[in-house]
Amino acid sequence: MPPALRVDRVAKRFGAVTALAGVDLEVAQGEFFGLLGPNGAGKTTLISALAGLVRTDDGKIEVMGCDVVADYRNARRQLGVVPQELVFDPFFTVRETLKIQSGYFGIRDNDDWIDEILANLDLTAKANANMRTLSGGMKRRVLVAQALVHRPPVIVLDEPTAGVDVELRQTLWQFIRRLNRDGHTIVLTTHYLEEAESLCTRIAMLQAGRVVALDTTANLLQRFSSHTLRLRLAPGASLPPGIKARAALHDGVWSLAFQHFEEVAPILAQLSAAGCCLENLEIGKPDLEEVFIRVMQGERGGMR
Amino acid sequence: MSGFRTLFYKEILRFWKVATQTVAAPVVTALLYLMIFSHVLESHVLVYGRVSYTAFLVPGLVMMSVLQNAFANSSSSLIQSKVTGNIIFVLLPPISYREFYAAYVLAAVARGLVVGLGVLLATLAFAPLAFDNVLWVLVFAALGGGIMGSLGVIAGIWADKFDQLAAFQNFLIMPLTFLSGVFYSIHSLPPFWQQVSHFNPIFYMIDGFRRGFFGISDVSPWTSLAIVGTCFALLTALTLAMLKRGYKLRN
Ligand SMILES: Nc1ncnc2c1ncn2[C@@H]1O[C@H](COP(=O)(O)OP(=O)(O)OP(=O)(O)O)[C@@H](O)[C@H]1O
Ligand SMILES: [Mg+2]
Repeated sequence: MPPALRVDRVAKRFGAVTALAGVDLEVAQGEFFGLLGPNGAGKTTLISALAGLVRTDDGKIEVMGCDVVADYRNARRQLGVVPQELVFDPFFTVRETLKIQSGYFGIRDNDDWIDEILANLDLTAKANANMRTLSGGMKRRVLVAQALVHRPPVIVLDEPTAGVDVELRQTLWQFIRRLNRDGHTIVLTTHYLEEAESLCTRIAMLQAGRVVALDTTANLLQRFSSHTLRLRLAPGASLPPGIKARAALHDGVWSLAFQHFEEVAPILAQLSAAGCCLENLEIGKPDLEEVFIRVMQGERGGMR
Repeated sequence: MSGFRTLFYKEILRFWKVATQTVAAPVVTALLYLMIFSHVLESHVLVYGRVSYTAFLVPGLVMMSVLQNAFANSSSSLIQSKVTGNIIFVLLPPISYREFYAAYVLAAVARGLVVGLGVLLATLAFAPLAFDNVLWVLVFAALGGGIMGSLGVIAGIWADKFDQLAAFQNFLIMPLTFLSGVFYSIHSLPPFWQQVSHFNPIFYMIDGFRRGFFGISDVSPWTSLAIVGTCFALLTALTLAMLKRGYKLRN
């Protein structure tokens, strides 16, 4: 079984800007994969290269084992892309847009599937509305629908939830999760890290056109983030020196990182022994935001 | 193959949905030309020694409409798609560059022929037309539309902004059409300008097209056919090479 995506030493420059500086990546079939990185990291360029929208300067890309240049017809049939930019054709209605898109892929009678997509994206009521009359969030949904008309096994979403309300986010993720359960491979870019953390099983982080972290979400969290005990002291109280040494102060809150929950009780015991009064106490889970920040600051934390 | 069919259909639907702008307006423009020029010149000019000026003018206007609208269709569709970004909807699917070319050019020819037919029908009231050989009429209309449709594809891909496209149209397409013998037989020109006209491919399109109506022309229709056919072949090769490289579209 070929991987859903194989990206091999892919490089792309725009004039003086190096958008991709030799990216290697493999996404297995059925994965829910996250592609993260700051603005300008090269995420959209990589997706454009997968989709054949830009010609790369170097390297090789395969979608489900099909080379995106030599065997572009098959590669493109396997791939559905939701672009980052909110684009639409003002000449057509939603349904016309989807029928035309199906036709481009050689699919003639696609009405049942189109109806199903429309229902799942809560667009049925707008099926015969002209694209121009839709709100931004609805246009975004149509872009998702367009990417799905040919039932591609690999679905790539470039910031699909930018400018989309909470309710649609929920519907959208439910739908995408269902597609993933049905066997579709999902590749997602987003700047909402909680979203990526809860959805993606594996994550690549891109910085200045390079992959700087690539691992399962669980491993990344474990390696770069920890549980933290956050303490706000009562006025006048101070931490005992032994604890203060391993704590960091931020906005009046002391944070202590720990690996195992067994460590918490002794810390609290020490505090009460020292007569240190607390105003508030929280336990924070490891989170992807911390991972992201630390990776972007250059920590490679035993990256394999 | 069906990617081509859908793209062709979409391009037809695109202009048909705004037919007032894309079909009716050019027909009205051509009628205005006809009324003004025939009013001024009808009593003074007899072309080829026996054809009234109005009758002579009609095929010229029909062909001019075919050419200008074929160019307008492919060029404006492409530049709009590029500027708005929705060009990616045709770049993502498995459509080959040949299918892409064929769809845009054939839709351009279709728009040209629809407008040309409209002009022809609208002008029938002004001058009774003879058809000496309908085959010439059809061949030159189709080839002329194909040439201008290809030029439209090139211009639409090359231009990044609407004003660049307008420049292409105003400084290349318009002068070439106006100076091609739409409004006059080049035999009425001074010898120097007659020579110059022979370097304008559009002259041959219109001359060959007129031949189909009157059975007389400035040059042999076979010469015209050879020149127009060669132009079409060269432009097709050039456009296909551009599309194959993905010039400005996949970069
Ligand atoms: N068509 C282009 N011409 C010139 N430079 C480009 C082009 N496309 C992208 N770039 C440059 O390539 C780099 C990567 O851009 P890209 O759009 O891939 O980033 P991104 O990771 O998707 O960012 P964002 O999170 O903002 O969407 C940037 O420096 C960008 O300016
Ligand atoms: Mg991007």
